Amino acid sequence: MEIKEIKERFIEKILLLIAFSSITILALITFFIFGEGLPLIWKIGPKAFLLGERWVPSQGEFGILPMIVGSFWVTFGSLLLGIPLGLACAIFLCEWTPPWAGMILRSAIQVLAGIPSVVYGFWGLVVLVPLIRNFLGGPGLSILSGSLILSIMILPTIISISEDSLKALPPNYKAGAFALGATHWQTIWRVLIPAARSGIVASIILGMGRALGETMAMIMILGNAVKMPSSILDSARTLTTNIGIEMGYASGDHRQALFAAGVILFLIIMLLNSLAIVLSRRRAG
Amino acid sequence: MSTGNKIAIKDFNFYYGSLQALQMINLDIRANEIFALLGPARSGKTTFLKSLNRLTDLVYGASHTGTILLDGEDIYDPKISLTQLRRRVGIVFDLPIPLPMSIYENVAYGPKLSNKTQKKYLDEIIEKALRSAFLWDEVKDRLHTSALRLSGGQQQRLCISRILALDPEVLLLDEPCSGLDPISTASIEETLSRLKKEYTIVLVPHNIQQASRVADRVGFLLDGKLVEEGPAFEIFTRPKNKKTEDYISGKFG
Amino acid sequence: MKIERGRYLTQNIAKILIWMAALSTMAVMALIVFQVLWEGLPVLSLSFFLDSPRSMGREGGIFSTIIGTFALTIVAILFATPLGVGTAIFLWEYTREGRISRTIRFGIGCLAGVPSIIFGLFGFVFFVIYLNMGWSILSGGLTMAALILPTIISATEEALKAIPYSFREVSYSLGGTKWQTVTRAVIPSALPGIFTGIILGICRSIEETAVVILTAGSSLLIPTSLFSPVRTMSVHFYILAREGISMEMAYGTGAALILLVLVVNIVANFLLHRYARKKT
Repeated sequence: MEIKEIKERFIEKILLLIAFSSITILALITFFIFGEGLPLIWKIGPKAFLLGERWVPSQGEFGILPMIVGSFWVTFGSLLLGIPLGLACAIFLCEWTPPWAGMILRSAIQVLAGIPSVVYGFWGLVVLVPLIRNFLGGPGLSILSGSLILSIMILPTIISISEDSLKALPPNYKAGAFALGATHWQTIWRVLIPAARSGIVASIILGMGRALGETMAMIMILGNAVKMPSSILDSARTLTTNIGIEMGYASGDHRQALFAAGVILFLIIMLLNSLAIVLSRRRAG
Repeated sequence: MSTGNKIAIKDFNFYYGSLQALQMINLDIRANEIFALLGPARSGKTTFLKSLNRLTDLVYGASHTGTILLDGEDIYDPKISLTQLRRRVGIVFDLPIPLPMSIYENVAYGPKLSNKTQKKYLDEIIEKALRSAFLWDEVKDRLHTSALRLSGGQQQRLCISRILALDPEVLLLDEPCSGLDPISTASIEETLSRLKKEYTIVLVPHNIQQASRVADRVGFLLDGKLVEEGPAFEIFTRPKNKKTEDYISGKFG
Repeated sequence: MKIERGRYLTQNIAKILIWMAALSTMAVMALIVFQVLWEGLPVLSLSFFLDSPRSMGREGGIFSTIIGTFALTIVAILFATPLGVGTAIFLWEYTREGRISRTIRFGIGCLAGVPSIIFGLFGFVFFVIYLNMGWSILSGGLTMAALILPTIISATEEALKAIPYSFREVSYSLGGTKWQTVTRAVIPSALPGIFTGIILGICRSIEETAVVILTAGSSLLIPTSLFSPVRTMSVHFYILAREGISMEMAYGTGAALILLVLVVNIVANFLLHRYARKKT
């Protein structure tokens, strides 16, 4: 009996240790990325790093403003299309839908979520980029093509989380609205969506995080020019693509500068994540 | 029947957080009797049963005062083995809960937990347990099919044999016939009457008629207080307490 | 009456817009998949799968990258599954909602949102350089394990949540200890959910590119040990397309990738159904 008891205690300790693995990994990531990146930010000064418009590693110039702006526009563009499309699909899945149509859309979304991101990038490169070049001008490799591809890539995230929060609403919300004589659409638009607001916002934030973090697909279709973009048909570089492109051959200060850009990206993402977690807690609580 | 009392409960109070579920219970339960605990819904019957084998420990914030002695040993003594206690005092819940595995595996679940049991003996134990619950003849040809395919009455007898496989001393039964048809109920009641030769049984009956059919002694629980207890015949014919009388005659409950 | 008609007009317009959104989502999915399969399937042949790439991948097949994909995925799953399942068991079976569990959950939530390029940077500086494991299957697999950990945790936790409390009570009442209860009464019923989490992890490892490039290298040789560098199919596809080595081979590899993910999902569904049938 004693042995059994000791074994149980031991297992519990092991499980506690295992349960802290995620936090440990997160701490290790923070420690190593910051350890590599912070010294450089210190060396050239946060202002020159964040607001510098020139990124010329060979001359020791490390300004990441063009990448921050690039990331912002690409992400913003993807949300512009991704939010209405995702929300509409989530509504389609919860309301109004004949079951067979819902099932088709659901499997389509599953397939979308399963397509490797490089395949998205490739498809953008061979289909979307020539279209944009021929019809709208410019190099085709552009913020517009990047935003379009990203908006498709973040759809599964936005749809699944919004759908969950719409489904989690108590049924009497809907019954109450119907009883007051609202049409089905009024019920959805004025009652259900506002009630599921925090979940929907969380889904958008997570989609935003996904868009900000995407690397390989964006390397393939953004064109990667290091300059301040001036229109949506301009080529651009994001924080992530900059790391992905140059990490292969960077060394010394240059490599540290890439890690420093990683620090900035990491901070932005952590901020967004915390916001999403707080919002979904409020939904649960 | 030399010592007489199997379970002795003294000044027992039980709390869920700040909510008191049982108040000053004093009760002796004798060996080889069927003790039936009556009372309206939410009067603390299930809590009472579960505190006899400390299943109440699973509830967060539960606490108690007073003592419960099993064969003279305090079951809340920190030195006592909880797993051993639960093997000695088995419980059957109000709804049959077969685990999603075969009939054989269900009955073997308890014996297999103490890893000394050998395969050869296991077969014997399982046959004996299923025979004791009068289920053997119905399932002997399909021991390795899923227990979920049994009927409700069969499932409940499976749950009883699952306990019997551990060779317990006390059986706690919490409305074992709720949700069962009259025929299944009759077969379970018959099972109980035969089982009391070997076990001490504490039963929360499905209704008063059931208590009058099977019980040796009866207690009446109301709002966590044991209002009255005594031989079944006396309680049913001349209850001392007005509330017991009202309950038995069906005025409330 | 006029207002009444207006209300239904709005409703009908909304309905049409929502249908259009749903249809265009389906259409985009179909377009991407068909485009890649249409151009890629003709490239596929037995020798495409069984020959190793020659001259940077311009000729030959993709054999070594298939081996690379499998090796990396297996390492990732082997490390992530015990950690993920263990974490979920701790969170759901061993602790109540409180400060510890909230902290752990917050950590998992944050980890789930970390972009793969950051995982790649971390794996590079920690496993490849600091622990001196070089660009290798092990470095890549361990980094990937960290990446898929949150997926496996949340799938397992969902599965545990779905197991009725009564199963646990039955097990305890038969004299089971906590660990016996978890392993014998709870986990068997939760296996399908855990399995689904592992499948999601496998798919994630197959499609991930950034992490692999930064931590496992991009060697086209067939790996000989855990410390060999490898190239996975996704990385191969990326390099073929981005460096314009061969569009034909790129399409072939892309089609193979999509097929692999589909096959993994179909096989997984089949196994789940069989398991469910066996249980009842």
